Amino acid sequence: MTPAGSLLTAHGLHKTYGATKALDGAEFSVHPGEVVAVMGPSGSGKSTLLHCLAGIVTPDEGDITYAGQNLAALSDAARSALRRSDFGFVFQFGQLVPELTCLENVALPLRLNGAKRKAAEATARAWMERLEVDDLTGQRPGEVSGGQGQRVAVARALATGPRVLFADEPTGALDSLNGERVMELLTEAARSTHAAVVLVTHEARVAAYSDREIIVRDGRSRDMERIA
Amino acid sequence: MSIGHTLLGLLESGPRHGYDLKRTFDATFGHDKPLHYGQVYSTMSRLLKNGLVEVDGIEAGGGPERKRYAITDAGITDVQRWLATPEAPEPYLQSVLYTKVVLALLTERDAATVLDTQRAEHLRMMRILTDRKRKGDLADQLICDHALFHLEADLRWLELTAARLDKLAAEVRKP
Repeated sequence: MTPAGSLLTAHGLHKTYGATKALDGAEFSVHPGEVVAVMGPSGSGKSTLLHCLAGIVTPDEGDITYAGQNLAALSDAARSALRRSDFGFVFQFGQLVPELTCLENVALPLRLNGAKRKAAEATARAWMERLEVDDLTGQRPGEVSGGQGQRVAVARALATGPRVLFADEPTGALDSLNGERVMELLTEAARSTHAAVVLVTHEARVAAYSDREIIVRDGRSRDMERIA
Repeated sequence: MSIGHTLLGLLESGPRHGYDLKRTFDATFGHDKPLHYGQVYSTMSRLLKNGLVEVDGIEAGGGPERKRYAITDAGITDVQRWLATPEAPEPYLQSVLYTKVVLALLTERDAATVLDTQRAEHLRMMRILTDRKRKGDLADQLICDHALFHLEADLRWLELTAARLDKLAAEVRKP
């Protein structure tokens, strides 16, 4: 069953790695423009849930519907294309290509989608400005701070105009002040483009930037909205 | 908060009328809880009685609200002593949340839901504060941060307790 108006939903997800049940009947839904935090202790299955929702990992059981289409029914190539065109990703660290400048990093997904260099770099520059890192266009990732690098990563994730932004512990490696700035800019940018955000975090202060949260414990999800 | 010490401290920069003190207090510290005029005047008359302030002048028209107050040397010493004395850290040992969890376990109710209900409420408040912080000035940000860090500590406790519920149940249900 798909909740009305949802962009991405999951129902009855199961995923087992060896003897470990990573997901055990997890549910999820997110609307366009909504920021949903996925919380839970380490090893609870929250990252596995994100990977399933993003079509990176295939669940053993359960359905995932994105914009009316069943993810499992798509071929691997079609799922990859969907990830490039409709999804954006921000991880905890290590996501920027060290050999490229920050501008080239942000422009990369646009170039992979077929944009000409000039157009891609113009869009990338605009996003870097929005994330307040436009002074770093010529620097390489190794030459910028953790907080700056993370903002470059957010700019890159949003540059293609994704409909869903997946963020897995995006502030996990940052101090409080930098983490907050990243969250402010990330949620502001996502809301203004009406992108849905799936935000995996174990930090309540980060989750407080969301509209709603679900808790994952032992592979099962609990929608906190239905409790409060 | 010690209103007396705060008003005294505000007087150190120069004499002020009662209404001026209230306005300054509200702008700097009042945020959600502005002072009542009555509180200002009762506090000032106490400080006056204790020799920590003196009346610096009374404006024509009379009435207690027209008095201008100035801090005395004894008042300055009092402010200095207050600032130099650390506040007693709250030990947080009398927790209503803990009591609720134990009672839920003892009466065979769903303690996990007690914890989750609280968790949702805490996060709701954290969202409100985060939003206010985003729109506010530095003072707002610092005040909200103070509240957010405390709420976050509670949330961590809720999470930890949720993970130990089975153990706690076995312990509290021991005959």
